[in-house]
Amino acid sequence: MIAVVQFGGSNCDRDAVRALEDLGFDAERIWHEDELPAETTGIMLPGGFSYGDYLRGGAMAARSPIMETVRDAVDDGIPVLGVCNGAQVGCEAGLTPGAFTTNASARFQCEHVYLRVENADTKWTDAYDEGEVIELPIAHGEGRFEIDDEGYEELESEDRILFRYCDEDGNVTDEANPNGSRGNVAGILGESESVAVLMPHPERASLPELGSTDGRGVLAGFDS
Amino acid sequence: MTTYTATVTVRLKTGVLDPEAETTKRALERLGFELDALRFTERYEVDLDASDADEAADRADEMAERLLANPTIHDYEVEVSEA
Repeated sequence: MIAVVQFGGSNCDRDAVRALEDLGFDAERIWHEDELPAETTGIMLPGGFSYGDYLRGGAMAARSPIMETVRDAVDDGIPVLGVCNGAQVGCEAGLTPGAFTTNASARFQCEHVYLRVENADTKWTDAYDEGEVIELPIAHGEGRFEIDDEGYEELESEDRILFRYCDEDGNVTDEANPNGSRGNVAGILGESESVAVLMPHPERASLPELGSTDGRGVLAGFDS
Repeated sequence: MTTYTATVTVRLKTGVLDPEAETTKRALERLGFELDALRFTERYEVDLDASDADEAADRADEMAERLLANPTIHDYEVEVSEA
């Protein structure tokens, strides 16, 4: 059972459950004040505006008690995926390095973007080919990935960058960078492959009616 | 025990882009002000009881480390005074 953690202000939790169920997973929303069920085999931190983005996006949720349980689950090798606000929570909680902060445009960006698959040899990306271009929606005001030089070099040398913003042809350019993220980074792995965060929304690109099904491969990562 | 006010000032590290400050700077310029640069800081004033100023500072420091600042993008400083 995949637990989709619902914080006050999460708003992509239902979408996530529906997308996961469509992929054949048993998924359930779990209120952040409740315990994670013993049968939890995966954890998704969904998008939204937990705690009204007070202080910084994800800052409050990252310090909520359920995150201790999430940390324990990570130690036990249970896969954790953070999407959008969930990605901010993941970085704020230290599950993944760096920070997602105010877009360079200082605007909320809500649009479809192209992503180049940087590493197709992970559970979250093995449905794709390395270098493949996929299309996912973004909807965030604080999505600019920031990290110090040392941390960035580590991510690169350890091949932990999953996706970079690119143009339709896969060119990673400033023009194709919707939020000013360092190195156009859109999604990364934590220290272990079982933890991943990304700002784009795979669950919003998981059914034909949504215009793109490119996100299914990311969610399918809970299976492997 | 003495009551202290610990003032925690959180600011972006040098070199980290601050789009909100840039936008605010441009708005000031549109209003006719001349300026070279503008920076935001966040300032938290925490009232707390401690046995001495050092203890108050240590506790405020830990608050900054664990929540008020994000060490990836922020620097912070703590000043303590008797409330």
